[in-house]
Amino acid sequence: MVASKETISVVEQTTSKYKYGFSTKVDVEKAPKGLNEDIIKFISGKKNEPKWLLEWRLNAYKQWLNMKEPSWAKVNYPEIDFQDIHYYAAPKVKKKLKSLDEVDPELLKTYEKLGIPLSEQKMLSGVAVDAVFDSVSVATTFREKLSKEGVIFCPISEAVQSHPELVKKYLGSVVPVTDNYYSALNSAVFTDGSFVFIPKNVKCPMELSTYFRINEQNTGQFERTLIIVEDAGYVSYLEGCTAPQRDENQLHAAVVELVALEDASIKYSTVQNWYPGDENGKGGIYNFVTKRGKCLGDRSKISWTQVETGSSVTWKYPSCVLMGNNSVGEFYSVAITNNFQQADTGTKMIHIGKGTKSTIISKGISAGKSQNTYRGQVQIQKTAKNARNFTQCDSLLIGDKCSAHTIPYINQNISNAKVEHEATTSKISEEQLFYCKQRGLDDETATSLIVNGFCKEVMKELPMEFAVEAQKLIGISLEGSVG
Amino acid sequence: MSILNIKDIHLSIEEKPILKGVSLNVNLGEVHAIMGPNGSGKSTLSYILSGKEGYDLSSGEINFDNKDLLELSANERSNQGLFLAFQYPVELPGVSSMNFLREAVNIRRKVLGKKELNHLEFVKEARRLASSMFIKDEMLKRSVNVGFSGGEKKRFEILQMMLLEPKLAILDETDSGLDVDALKIVSNGVNNYKGKDNAVIVITHYQRLLDYIVPDYVHILADGVIKKSGGPELAKIIEKNGYAGIVDAA
Ligand SMILES: Nc1ncnc2c1ncn2[C@@H]1O[C@H](COP(=O)(O)OP(=O)(O)O)[C@@H](O)[C@H]1O
Ligand SMILES: [Mg+2]
Repeated sequence: MVASKETISVVEQTTSKYKYGFSTKVDVEKAPKGLNEDIIKFISGKKNEPKWLLEWRLNAYKQWLNMKEPSWAKVNYPEIDFQDIHYYAAPKVKKKLKSLDEVDPELLKTYEKLGIPLSEQKMLSGVAVDAVFDSVSVATTFREKLSKEGVIFCPISEAVQSHPELVKKYLGSVVPVTDNYYSALNSAVFTDGSFVFIPKNVKCPMELSTYFRINEQNTGQFERTLIIVEDAGYVSYLEGCTAPQRDENQLHAAVVELVALEDASIKYSTVQNWYPGDENGKGGIYNFVTKRGKCLGDRSKISWTQVETGSSVTWKYPSCVLMGNNSVGEFYSVAITNNFQQADTGTKMIHIGKGTKSTIISKGISAGKSQNTYRGQVQIQKTAKNARNFTQCDSLLIGDKCSAHTIPYINQNISNAKVEHEATTSKISEEQLFYCKQRGLDDETATSLIVNGFCKEVMKELPMEFAVEAQKLIGISLEGSVG
Repeated sequence: MSILNIKDIHLSIEEKPILKGVSLNVNLGEVHAIMGPNGSGKSTLSYILSGKEGYDLSSGEINFDNKDLLELSANERSNQGLFLAFQYPVELPGVSSMNFLREAVNIRRKVLGKKELNHLEFVKEARRLASSMFIKDEMLKRSVNVGFSGGEKKRFEILQMMLLEPKLAILDETDSGLDVDALKIVSNGVNNYKGKDNAVIVITHYQRLLDYIVPDYVHILADGVIKKSGGPELAKIIEKNGYAGIVDAA
């Protein structure tokens, strides 16, 4: 999502707490509720998929049936009835879309409300947008400009058709089907998502952006994103998410896989603002996401930046597998929880190659009665000579009914590696609030200012337009938490 | 015209009486100095005036600019033109000084019915005033009060006063920890600011500052009351004799 001028003004004018809480009336085609082989065949058929992919899905489904929902995370939620979910919902389209003019005007209006007019104006901000609405990728802008550079940026369902060899080679290569319960589920039923391919020596000329939105009731969103950057290529990819305000909980179980070859560099930024539920904890998105990047090539680099303000339950650990020698993994995270939100998030840095380096900066902010957990693993394998990690986890508490936890796991299997871990927990002090108020700032402005200051090291990693949006979001998600 | 009128205020902290009936009137155009030994309640008085939580009066009244001050929240008091230069300015890690100033100034400007300054206009104005306080541009990029020296913190407080153009400025021990040069800079700032449309209360432990900021009235706060009021000469007597003779149990 891009903070165009209008986005910012909408945020400023907003009076309701969750400004994305509208839903759109579009004609929708849905699969019946429930999950079985037929549904998977239906999804696969809808997308005209090759046989290998259907088999891949069916295999994932079989594995999933034998798996258990993980229970180690510090989150509580009622049991999910996986048979009570629609696994496919798509805005009805008559034919394949060639240009934006053919997109349902209602849909375009939704995007405009979200602040991403899918128009050529985007050109100015240099961002190409792929928008996923419920299960289908609706329109991808600027594809022509990108394809001149050899960059492929399209819905993954389309990549399956146009570049099957790439998809086949890399799909599941970073997050194996059976990696965890939700990745297996996603592999069985994923509906759409983005595909990015950056060829050798190409620095992608614009930031690529995907906008995810869950619109339909009782619909799960299972998107799948695959980004491959060849030798010495570079891409910066932005992901934004919202959902309408609904009383029921909705499930979002995405898988994101990144592959960086020699000297390649991937910067992946997320501003996650799924509906968090109301102030009594009713409704909201369950966000169970598996994100992982593989630094396959020497000197490659993968950097995750996330600002997590939404969802009622978040379970998410964007990770890096550092295989190439001297490869670099970074994780910058701001996770804010308010009211009854629960977040268990962090990262895994797996050091395999020599001289691999990772940096983890995590800022957790808890307000209301929320629970905020940082869970991070740093694993230095025997082969990772001279590997280095630096971890800094800071928690900020607002009020005294919330809690913050820091759970670092460090496995160091060789001696000549260096792992540093720092953690702090602080409260916004009365003194700080009073100082700001004495200068005329009200409680909310003061809190937002202090929290944004606390997150600064992470915020500065975000692309500029995103950072403005994220700053406002932090203010909004903490509304009513002090005073 | 009265800008501040304190009538017989009482306050206890944790059941210990701190102020036991303080009254004070300040008119526009006046400079008042409040002196007194350590722990006599000078900062407490400044917190009461600025509306810090936990400083609720057990009795008494305070009028500010013809309004009941106690009805206003801390930020409303600031908006209405009451400024406190803190004895111990507070650090705000990660909050850039320039942004902080701009946020505060634009809120105040709104109340004054002036239009918001855009980033460039503001930066220009802030730098102009900052240089008069010998504050370098580089310092304004740093986080509020983080890593500032004692003197820098105090100069930054006065810069905020200049930018916010309050009707009443309360300076709590702004002189403490300053060397003579810094003391002159700070005093110059205050002297340039004070005029017939505003008033200043200088809280200080020492007479030294009052050589530079010459008060119209000096009050000695001790034992929870204003023991004595007079002109600038009172401060000189204190310098010579200490608080002995004025304070019962000093
Ligand atoms: N928050 C507080 N909690 C407990 N005692 C306090 C508090 N603030 C002030 N006091 C007490 O009130 C008295 C006056 O303090 P203060 O106003 O700081 O004095 P001064 O500024 O004149 O040195 C002192 O005895 C001090 O210990
Ligand atoms: Mg004091």
